Amino acid sequence: MKDIKILAIESSCDETAASVVKNGREVLSNIISSQIALHTLYGGVVPEIASRKHIEKINQVIEQALREAEVTLDDIDAIGVTYGPGLVGALLVGVAEAKAISYAKNIPLVGVHHIEGHISANYIENKDLEPPFACLVVSGGHTHLVTVKDYGTYEILGRTRDDAAGEAFDKVARAIGLGYPGGPKIDRVAKEGNPDAIAFPRARIAEAEYDFSFSGLKSAVLNYINGCKMKGEEISVPDVAASFQKAVTDVLVEHSMHAVEEFGIKKLAIAGGVASNSALRAAMQEACEKRGVAFYHPSPVLCTDNAAMIGAAAYYEFIRGTRSDLSLNAVPNLKLGER
Amino acid sequence: MKILALDSSGMVASAAVIEEGRLLAEYTVNYKKTHSQTLLPMVDEIVKMIELDLDSIDVIAVAGGPGSFTGLRIGSATAKGLGLALGKPLVNVPTLEGLACNLYGTDRVICPMMDARRNQVYTGIYDFREDELEILEGQMAVPVQNVIEKLNQLGRAVILLGDGTAVYKEVLEKELQVPYSFAPPHLNQQRASAVAMRALDYVRQGKTETAAQHQPDYLRVSQAERERKERLKQQETELDA
Repeated sequence: MKDIKILAIESSCDETAASVVKNGREVLSNIISSQIALHTLYGGVVPEIASRKHIEKINQVIEQALREAEVTLDDIDAIGVTYGPGLVGALLVGVAEAKAISYAKNIPLVGVHHIEGHISANYIENKDLEPPFACLVVSGGHTHLVTVKDYGTYEILGRTRDDAAGEAFDKVARAIGLGYPGGPKIDRVAKEGNPDAIAFPRARIAEAEYDFSFSGLKSAVLNYINGCKMKGEEISVPDVAASFQKAVTDVLVEHSMHAVEEFGIKKLAIAGGVASNSALRAAMQEACEKRGVAFYHPSPVLCTDNAAMIGAAAYYEFIRGTRSDLSLNAVPNLKLGER
Repeated sequence: MKILALDSSGMVASAAVIEEGRLLAEYTVNYKKTHSQTLLPMVDEIVKMIELDLDSIDVIAVAGGPGSFTGLRIGSATAKGLGLALGKPLVNVPTLEGLACNLYGTDRVICPMMDARRNQVYTGIYDFREDELEILEGQMAVPVQNVIEKLNQLGRAVILLGDGTAVYKEVLEKELQVPYSFAPPHLNQQRASAVAMRALDYVRQGKTETAAQHQPDYLRVSQAERERKERLKQQETELDA
């Protein structure tokens, strides 16, 4: 069979990214222009600033992705682009750009769901991984526990009712003075702390056993900090970080294992920015080993937003016959499994 | 010289192709529908109608701002994608200059204005002198009173156009002390053909850019940047006090 090369474009949040992926699993280039430093000034992603940065960088990022892959647009079989969910203004830059290139060169276009991209990041380094499997997607914008029944076919078991896991990391990091982005900073500081020092709550939702809630936990951390302040006690930043992180990972692991046992799943993957958290990886690994479940996770560069994962997802959509037309729009609240 | 021009800076979406002094096609829609869904299908319709070979285009012109931030980026990203794929240069045509070109040849001064919200308009003042567009006041974001004052100082008859005129009609009628008129509907909104004609001037002056270089000219920083600057300024004055 002829090789299929996909040019993938991702601009749903604060990374402008482009990649060339061969046959869905081989990354020929993976270019990411990060805006993190810019948004750090504001303590989080500012949508308008993100959109402006995307339009400034997008051509350079695409051209570099083609160059590093040593291909031209004439070698590209399809263009994959994230069209949701995400920040609408940011998504629109990638979508308009991808459509124009696809149109001008008559290359088929495939709109990709951002979460489907995160899940598909696991295919890149785990050549043996094939559906069915379960996947926990945890990032700054999403917390989903899904089963991947087949390529492109998902069942959502649970999702967060309020804050995404990564969002909770960011908010707690800000409260204890670590700054943005919170995930990697808490991960680092927590290594020096005692995860059992403070008993923060683990939320369970009645009648929705796979759903998550992190806003209560976030409030509990804020209350604890305020309480210490009122009493004039100094908080231990490492202990707060470690105890908070433990509370989050406990819930994520518990729900995932519950699903694995309930549905007799043999393979579990994690994806999204929080999937690079070392405590989560270790805890999930241990829990999976105990149950004889194979555990998969992408390396950190494929956990955070990138276009290689969009290329992997686009490949499986492309060979299934999925095509998008010139009227493709950004859909900020796109649901997984919907088109 | 063949130019494909796009304007999605406001409520209107418009695409046009000009070639050697001829307007081959123009497609303008002024309807509440996302430009993201309409602009490229409009280009495609034109391409089919005039059997255009995209590779034969010399330059891609785009109304590069000011305007709706998102609208500008849809036009810019479309132009950048086409430019990247076809290997063609871009011309960034200031939106208000494109609008002014709707009224070619008038002996009045031309004042296009777009509603910029926050009690401001995007506006400028233009004049045709010996068939050339002359910029009396370059495009800016200001309260409408500010441009009324400038027009009164100039003391010349003026034609007003653009979506800002409807929003500020009352105050314009009340405060303008010079003879004025409002452009009729077929001349008062963004048209890609005017963008293309203005682009010709820029091409002659060598003012093209690569698709990678191009970005819109918003005339305004984002709200977050503005508020941050105000906060820092506030802190400085507090420190000084």
